Amino acid sequence: MHIIVTDQNGTVHELEALEGWRVMEVIRDWGLNIKAECGGSCACATCHVFVDPEWEERLNPPTAEEEDMLDTVPDVRTNSRLSCQILMSEDLNGLKVTLADSAAQEEAA
Amino acid sequence: MSGNEVVTDVVIIGAGPVGLFAVFELGLVDLKCHVIDILDRPGGQCAELYPEKPIYDIPAFPEISGQGLTDNLMKQIAPFGAEFHFSQMVTQLEKLDDGSFRVTTDADEKFVAKVVVIAAGGGSFQPKRPPVPGIEEYEGKSVFYAVRKMEEFRNQDIVIVGGGDSALDWTLNLEPLSRSLTLVHRRDEFRGHADSVNKMRALVADGKINFVQGQLSHLEGEGGQLSHVHLKTPAGDMSVPATRLLPFFGLTMKLGPVSDWGLELYEGNLIKVDTEKFETSVPGIFAIGDINWYPGKLKLILSGFHEGALMAQAAKRIAHPGEKVIFQYTTSSTKLQKKLGVA
Repeated sequence: MHIIVTDQNGTVHELEALEGWRVMEVIRDWGLNIKAECGGSCACATCHVFVDPEWEERLNPPTAEEEDMLDTVPDVRTNSRLSCQILMSEDLNGLKVTLADSAAQEEAA
Repeated sequence: MSGNEVVTDVVIIGAGPVGLFAVFELGLVDLKCHVIDILDRPGGQCAELYPEKPIYDIPAFPEISGQGLTDNLMKQIAPFGAEFHFSQMVTQLEKLDDGSFRVTTDADEKFVAKVVVIAAGGGSFQPKRPPVPGIEEYEGKSVFYAVRKMEEFRNQDIVIVGGGDSALDWTLNLEPLSRSLTLVHRRDEFRGHADSVNKMRALVADGKINFVQGQLSHLEGEGGQLSHVHLKTPAGDMSVPATRLLPFFGLTMKLGPVSDWGLELYEGNLIKVDTEKFETSVPGIFAIGDINWYPGKLKLILSGFHEGALMAQAAKRIAHPGEKVIFQYTTSSTKLQKKLGVA
């Protein structure tokens, strides 16, 4: 199972994913630039991704809690999701997302 | 207090759970602490990000909320009389000739301490900045992320962006003194208190404020003085007169000045420590909790508590050299129980 993630520089990564992992965890585990400061509890919106149009309808819709957190994302779009709220399963094999600028960690000093 | 220096044993940077418990461990070895935090209350991430979310991995608490954990810690450390300095950020940390440290905040408070403990988690909470080109040149002049003086908003064309309590509260508070006020939010649903939402909707119905469903696209103005904000809305682009803009997208953590203090870092944003004392590359400066790194590090609250206990033993030797450190238990030591006010 894998997901395809475009990072903030436009580089495309094919990442191996495991069943039951959050998409945020997959992205973080492979070392891409994702802040995810609250650790996956839908409390910070720093794991913000844009979902590829062909996949948008295939995901479970965001909960009210996720919508509330998306309100705090300044660069939100209609296909915005929090990647900590997407759980990997066989149905999502090949999922394509793009990391938002608002998910980036600050530049290392 | 400005201009005077506070002299103390220990300055703790960060009032999250790990910084708070450090007050306890340091108190047991008779070290007096001053705690500095950029937020206006204790709790750090637990208070700011998830006050109501349950935490399940605190030993002996099958379930506790971020706020509950903070409240309990404040109660637990109360006997030690730590002094708190909220709503300020430590900007400078310098070593003095006698081996102690001077800590300076952005509110110009100064502290001199024998030991400094950095328990700053992911760094300082700062407002999220909207990705609007050139917004920096307006910040502090006509774009603000908080309202410090309401007078600066009198007779202004105010645009407030956001859907939470900050956006709603300031909409209600600033409407009476504004020339015009426009609230902008990406959807017609608000996560703030229902009462505030109702009051805001009543103001819209009375024609006292405007609500626009949309998002910021760009700013118009000169020399830092805003004249209009341009919005993207479902009905197309529009512009709104604006001499003051208040974006409220919540807070995010930034490492901030910690990286300028000459400490050895790991991957540019974590502070390297040893696992015996949790001391940084500068003797006398310790780092505990999420901000440190050592082989095997896990960012868990319970790990931060452990780090604080070991740090306190080392801090004692620095602050009171020559004094014998006796290891005691709170269950059996009358001395410790006296410090806790229970014996």
